[in-house]
Amino acid sequence: MTSRTLKLMLMGLALAFAAGGAAAQDTIKIGVTQPLTGAFAASGNYVAQGAKIAEEEINKAGGVLGKKLQLIIEDNKSNPTEAVATAEKLINSDKVPVLMGAWSSTLTLAVMPKLEEYKVPMLVETSSSGKITTSGNPYVFRISPTSEMEAKAFAPLFKTMGIKKADFLATNNDFGLGASKEFSAAARQNGVEVGVMETMDPKATDFSAQLAKIKASGADTLFVTTAVEQITLILKQAKDQQLPQKIITTGGSNSPDQLIAQAGEAANGSYHLVFFTPWFPEAVKNPEIAKTFVTLWNEKKHNVGGLTEGFRGWDGLNVIAEAIKAAGKAEPEAISKALWDVKVKGINGDISFIKQGPAGKESAQNVPSVYLVKIEGGKVTRQ
Amino acid sequence: MLRASPGGERDHPHFTCRAPPRQRGACLAALRLCEQRVDQLLQHTLNALILGGTYALLGIGLTLIFGIMRVVNFTHGELYAFGAYMMYLWVMLAGMNFYLAMVLAVALGVLLGGAIELVLLRRLKGADIDTTMLVMIGAWIALQNLEQWTWSGVAKSITAPFPATPLVLGPISVSWNRLFVFVVASVLILATHALINHSKLGKAMRATFQDRETAALMGIAIDRIHTATFALGSGLAAAAGALLGPVFVAYPSMGDLASLKAFAIVILGGLGSIPGATAGGFILAFIEELGAGYISSGFRDGMGFLLIIVILIVKPTGLFARRERIG
Repeated sequence: MTSRTLKLMLMGLALAFAAGGAAAQDTIKIGVTQPLTGAFAASGNYVAQGAKIAEEEINKAGGVLGKKLQLIIEDNKSNPTEAVATAEKLINSDKVPVLMGAWSSTLTLAVMPKLEEYKVPMLVETSSSGKITTSGNPYVFRISPTSEMEAKAFAPLFKTMGIKKADFLATNNDFGLGASKEFSAAARQNGVEVGVMETMDPKATDFSAQLAKIKASGADTLFVTTAVEQITLILKQAKDQQLPQKIITTGGSNSPDQLIAQAGEAANGSYHLVFFTPWFPEAVKNPEIAKTFVTLWNEKKHNVGGLTEGFRGWDGLNVIAEAIKAAGKAEPEAISKALWDVKVKGINGDISFIKQGPAGKESAQNVPSVYLVKIEGGKVTRQ
Repeated sequence: MLRASPGGERDHPHFTCRAPPRQRGACLAALRLCEQRVDQLLQHTLNALILGGTYALLGIGLTLIFGIMRVVNFTHGELYAFGAYMMYLWVMLAGMNFYLAMVLAVALGVLLGGAIELVLLRRLKGADIDTTMLVMIGAWIALQNLEQWTWSGVAKSITAPFPATPLVLGPISVSWNRLFVFVVASVLILATHALINHSKLGKAMRATFQDRETAALMGIAIDRIHTATFALGSGLAAAAGALLGPVFVAYPSMGDLASLKAFAIVILGGLGSIPGATAGGFILAFIEELGAGYISSGFRDGMGFLLIIVILIVKPTGLFARRERIG
């Protein structure tokens, strides 16, 4: 190869890179880290699908600051180490000014130190462990409720549902243990006796030992905190062992439609705390937005069971878009500042942030709506 | 206080309280608690028996391959996942009869196992154990990624044609699906046992296990024995997956935990021993079930491995290791 052709090729290469750079300037990149494979794969994919619908709608309406939004979605494989790697990749190599993720509390907590290191804000769309907003990380903006908020919202129901003694079964991670702690505390405050508190490995599929123990506890209610995959198996196995307790699932990642489809009869009679009720969109604060989202979701032929998870992606991306608009530029610091003042009409309700955590290093927390639904005769009913 | 009552006041189907009236309430409460505890133990025992059957099935397949071929088979868990996914493919996507699909899933597992032996292991004949191990680790990762690529990461559920209401035996109950799994697993374990101990192929396998060179000198086609062994072991893993897929769900990384447990069972029972793997499977199931029920469910998977460490300290060859002829 002559040095001339080599020079030409190098120039071509440089041009190609420059062109790539120029194209990238016309979009605003937003990094998303979700569990697209692994234990939480179903939920992570739904959130990503919801975010993609929001991306399309925002771009159809002209984008943000005259530019189109471009989602860069990375798979964190339901694994904290991978979650950190995706955040590093999105921040360093894709140069995104803002992140959304990382679904489970354990994954989010793993990513959080990176946010501080690179000073990039992250919108947390699903995680519910209290630690996320109380550990003093000012780059965290959470729209999902904490377990404490959920337990508080549920508190009056201990009496109305006639709960006297409650058992707890939770996945052995920040999400599950946090929820068991908050709900058992709320139970005690409401004069409810706390029976056994059991845990299960996040990857476990057989809960026979835990359920046999719970069966013998003499409680009338069992609170279950984990994602839909394990809830499905728990409902089936609870029926196999004829568990006398009524089951209430917390955390909002319980997808009642998917439970009906996959657990069948075993799902009947179970209660679920959800943050969006697509079965009766008129019940939510902003029914028009909720109806639009349900229509778009169905047009895409996404799984209806994913609506209760997918809405998080929509709400999250809309909050981010609003913050970029308010900031006037797509830079991490400006977006962080703007996020504090956004007011967005979301599917879950009106989204805005309050301060949580140690003074001077507060994290941002939204106060979302919580709904209780029941599965009866293979249908979701309002409670 | 708790004594069987032929006559007397009946306040319990089998027992009566002969306490003074003032303590009667406490006595009845104690009686009820005692009954609950007994019921719990019965339920744990039943659960462990059923779990043990599938553990034993997984262990036997692995121990066969190790014992006869001296290959540490890292693809064992992937064959397990393969069995479950084949059930999903044939039952849920193709609408095939459940039992027919199960036979087909196992047959395909046998074929896949045979293919792995022919394509990978036969070429490695004479290679040292480290090389073989690395190739098998590669095959494991490749197979798992292939599953992920084919079926996506989202768990798939498989419908089984069993009644939704469980079989109730007094205070304890079990689903028909699990009972079916237990029965089929038991039959497969006994059949493998019979094959090894009472057939010509089994005799050749045992001879190869005892002394490969001598067996070859006696006219046993070692290559063919190796292919048959690997195919049989893989078929058993696929059978375990096909049986358990409908009880749980099928997902790409399901083989990892199965593999880990199979290795534990084989080490516990002694490398290469079929009775050892059978016993090891049941022992591990009982430890996990009772450990989770009475000590802590958070350490359910850890409990079994703790016991394995203890057993290996006391008896480093495992519980049932057979002596090999050397030289």
